[in-house]
Amino acid sequence: MSRGVWILVWMALGIAAAVVLVSSPRTVAAGGQAQSSIAEVKIDNFSFGPATLTVAAGTAVTWTNRDDIPHTVVSDDKAFKSKVLDTDEKFSFTFTKPGTYGYFCSIHPKMTGKVVVQ
Amino acid sequence: MIKKVTDEILHDHNADGIDRRGFLKCMAWAGTGALCVMQGGVLKSYSLSRLSDLGPSAAAAGELSFVQVSDSHMGFNKPANPDVAGTLKAAVDKINGLSNAPEFLLHTGDISHLSKPEEFDTVDQILKGTGKEVFFVPGEHDVLNDEGAQFRERYGKAAKGSGWYSFEKKGVHFIGLVNVMNLKAGGLGTLGHEQLEWLEDDVKPLKHSTPIVVFAHIPLWSVYPEWGWGTDDSAQALAYLKKFGSVTVLNGHIHQTMQKVEGSVTFHTAASTAFPQPQPGKADSPGPMKVPAEQLRSILGITDVNYVRGQHALAVVDSSLA
Repeated sequence: MSRGVWILVWMALGIAAAVVLVSSPRTVAAGGQAQSSIAEVKIDNFSFGPATLTVAAGTAVTWTNRDDIPHTVVSDDKAFKSKVLDTDEKFSFTFTKPGTYGYFCSIHPKMTGKVVVQ
Repeated sequence: MIKKVTDEILHDHNADGIDRRGFLKCMAWAGTGALCVMQGGVLKSYSLSRLSDLGPSAAAAGELSFVQVSDSHMGFNKPANPDVAGTLKAAVDKINGLSNAPEFLLHTGDISHLSKPEEFDTVDQILKGTGKEVFFVPGEHDVLNDEGAQFRERYGKAAKGSGWYSFEKKGVHFIGLVNVMNLKAGGLGTLGHEQLEWLEDDVKPLKHSTPIVVFAHIPLWSVYPEWGWGTDDSAQALAYLKKFGSVTVLNGHIHQTMQKVEGSVTFHTAASTAFPQPQPGKADSPGPMKVPAEQLRSILGITDVNYVRGQHALAVVDSSLA
């Protein structure tokens, strides 16, 4: 591959990264820098996405069940616990204190996730 | 390992789903129950969907016969089966059509889809059509939001703890266990210390020759832990049953039939009356498998044929009867 092509490739990657940053300003997965006051976790195919969500204190996190099987969102230490969420139902919880909050689906406990509050 | 599974899924998707053979195999599920006949301490299990093919001698009367139904998921209304009441009624019709009438029914959980009172009411009403006594254990869908209070109020007034109990029928000792409560993050089904202690005491006075039938919702053997298809502390429960010459374990939860023999213990999972789930690892999640509506009824009656014999006289036969 020629040097010119490599430069084009790197430029394309840079643009792609910029697009990703601009198109998802509200939620940031683990390792990201930006923080926000609204964040979302989607439940698809028996998994939480993103599995780890990093937010600022005071952020309301909303989980949406997009499976055709019901799920729940229950924190490991019972700090929060949703009612059962049928398809397209949502649950929100506002994280006021910094810390790491592990949670799982109490119906399908193999489903686990984490919210890191900074 | 994970990559390999992903590759398989991609391959399936590229092939536009599974082939016909795979489809038919996966469809061993709906509108069915299992007729269980105890003959000389040997439990035989027949898929109800094949009983119309039953020859006169195939299901000869034994000492005891009963039917297992499972995973009715009343209230489920997604494309995988928009009429779960209809398929449960189809199972009842098959039960009522048995020439050798069962003594009673076992329901191995997920009676309801969302633990709603009207869902339980509907199942009760439909199963009443058999005129038989029904013994229940809860599935995780039956204990949502209220830690199982409604389930115990309806079905477990005489039961211990979160709904476990035992009873005798014609010399066979039946044990209903609950492994869907207090599930821990990342874990499998759980029986818990209190229930295990009760089980140890319950079977202590029994003769070793007593045939034992254990029924619970989540499999008590490790079917596929990656999808939560197993019970964390089932080994302890099975240890208490080791002394018996004939132990049959009946489970639901995985919406497909499977058998396994370990020494004198035979494990058997029942099909769902509501919707099929994929074979272990054959999809990216254990969610309902969607099939075309016009095929939903027509695929009733297809099942795998298996014959399994233990080291002793015990055998479970999931017969095609063809």
